[in-house]
Amino acid sequence: MSSNLINEYFRESKLPHIWCPGCSHGIVTRAIAKAIDELGLDKDKVTIVSGIGCSSRAPGYMDFNTLHTTHGRALAFATGVKLANPELDVIVITGDGDASAIGGNHLIHAARRNIDITTIVFNNNIYGMTGGQYSPTTPTGALGTTAPHGNIDKPFDIAQLAAAAGATYAARSTAYHTTQLIKYIKKGIQNKGFSLVEAASICPTYYGRKNKSGSPVKMMEHLKNNFVDVKIIDKLPEEKKAGKELMGEFKDITAPEYTAEYLKLIDRLKGAAK
Amino acid sequence: MSKKIKLMQGNEACVEAALMAGMRFYAGYPITPSTELAELSALHLPYYGGKFIQMEDEIAGIAAAIGGSLAGLKSMTATSGPGFSLKQENIGYAAIAEIPLVIVNVQRGGPSTGLPTSPAQGDVMQAKWGTHGDHPVIALSPDSVTETFNLTIRAFNLAEKYRTPVILLTDEVVGHMREKIEIPAQEDIEIYDRVKPKENEEYVPFKTEEGEIVPRMANFGEGHRYHVTGLFHDESGFPSNSSENAEVMLDHLMNKIDNNLDDIIDYEEYMMDDAEFLIVSYGSTARTVRSAIKALRAEGIKAGMFRAITLWPSPEEKLAEISKKFDKILVAEMNLGQYVQEVQRIVKSNSEVYHIGRANGEVTTPSEIVNKVKEVL
Repeated sequence: MSSNLINEYFRESKLPHIWCPGCSHGIVTRAIAKAIDELGLDKDKVTIVSGIGCSSRAPGYMDFNTLHTTHGRALAFATGVKLANPELDVIVITGDGDASAIGGNHLIHAARRNIDITTIVFNNNIYGMTGGQYSPTTPTGALGTTAPHGNIDKPFDIAQLAAAAGATYAARSTAYHTTQLIKYIKKGIQNKGFSLVEAASICPTYYGRKNKSGSPVKMMEHLKNNFVDVKIIDKLPEEKKAGKELMGEFKDITAPEYTAEYLKLIDRLKGAAK
Repeated sequence: MSKKIKLMQGNEACVEAALMAGMRFYAGYPITPSTELAELSALHLPYYGGKFIQMEDEIAGIAAAIGGSLAGLKSMTATSGPGFSLKQENIGYAAIAEIPLVIVNVQRGGPSTGLPTSPAQGDVMQAKWGTHGDHPVIALSPDSVTETFNLTIRAFNLAEKYRTPVILLTDEVVGHMREKIEIPAQEDIEIYDRVKPKENEEYVPFKTEEGEIVPRMANFGEGHRYHVTGLFHDESGFPSNSSENAEVMLDHLMNKIDNNLDDIIDYEEYMMDDAEFLIVSYGSTARTVRSAIKALRAEGIKAGMFRAITLWPSPEEKLAEISKKFDKILVAEMNLGQYVQEVQRIVKSNSEVYHIGRANGEVTTPSEIVNKVKEVL
């Protein structure tokens, strides 16, 4: 089945994609298609919504109902789609800037409502489309075209932010750890509520060159070596914890879902006087 | 259901009409003086199986409404001055992506937070030019509770027929005043629903069929998997950077309105048969103008009014024709001079154009208009 992912879930006539050589967005996009495939979702019912940025171009290549919106607003558009037709499986594809800077307000409120939308954040720690400006997830000290002297900002942990804001499923994997990534995306889609899966990604063209991170392969190796599962971090000796980033599942709970609650409200009012 | 007589606010009449027009989705953010629109939508929509959601901000309000429309429900959002400013980017999105949508702006005093509880007509030019780039606009301006009802129905019908955002540009006076209104029976209201794709035919989502005005619109989830974007796109819906394509697409967006002006444009001529002096007005200011005209006529000055009901597109042809009969025209509006520029553009050298208006939250009085007419004459 997996070898047919391209034919089955992508708009082949729209390929090749616009992403740079070495970019990991293709890997994450494939992981989404793979998760949809393994869950056997009805393609006609899947709606993928995105904002603006490199990652937000992914839906254009995918053979579903796809909605490429304005910068930061994917979750607000998606909320309208999902509430208007709760039968749709709504997935949002967004980047670190789109989701947590210009779209930060929509992110925390979609999480708070626990509306059944699965958000995949392609987090490459940089604004790629506009040429390498620092984003809310650029590490302190890193370079960007708008942080030429080193970034003095502190980065967001988007998965933990969503968890704290009310998401019922929040996880992080990387473009290297695709097995976990596909698993988390599947769990996110299956979760009846707001799910966020962060995919730590690489941007060799802008982040990598600016920060002398080395080749795309080297940057992928960094993902491999630097991310440690939240379940085992405490078992590591102190010296091995230093500088490590957490991946894994941060939240997986059950709570009332927004559109289901709205349908209950409609049912409750049925037969009552207008 | 039969017709019924009610005493209603303009904002109440708007929601009543929206529900009868088929609104089944409302997303918005509270802002004075439009809040009744959100409150009443929240109250009534669930009884119709419709959906209401109070979003986290104004931008999210229009964004969710666009999403609701794409998923197949007739959608509305409402706001006032500051919120209208915030919604502008997504008004442009709805225009380029051809999404039917009704946006109500109950105008209040501006700029900025301005005069939140006072009326104004200061968003007339913003309704046309507020979002960036060239784009079509339909903006309707009611002058009474009954007309708010009628134009709300029209706004939904035009949005569906022309696949475009339609702005109902009301104001604090019309929104909050109470008047007697006769609500027609549902079966007496003409409703227009978006045309869906033909069955068993390949769907080209942004291709207009021969003899039709706009592309047929599939709802998300109904089996046509297509792409919607705010980028310039070709008939397939996918982005295109080609300037030739951009021109074709922009022509389509503009022409669908410009080629159907007779269907869209609406205006009222008040005491025009024997008029020797013309006042142009719209919205709540037109009410003051009516009183002024009666007073002027009592003094032997035969004034008449041309009232634009469709502000955009403007009733250009009719006004140009009428203006040939008048040496002088007074434009009365609740701002420091906005629609007067459009009137000047239209009448060219046919008439000298004067303006009366203010933007301090107070309505112009009939006697002020009477005095201005005498001064100009």
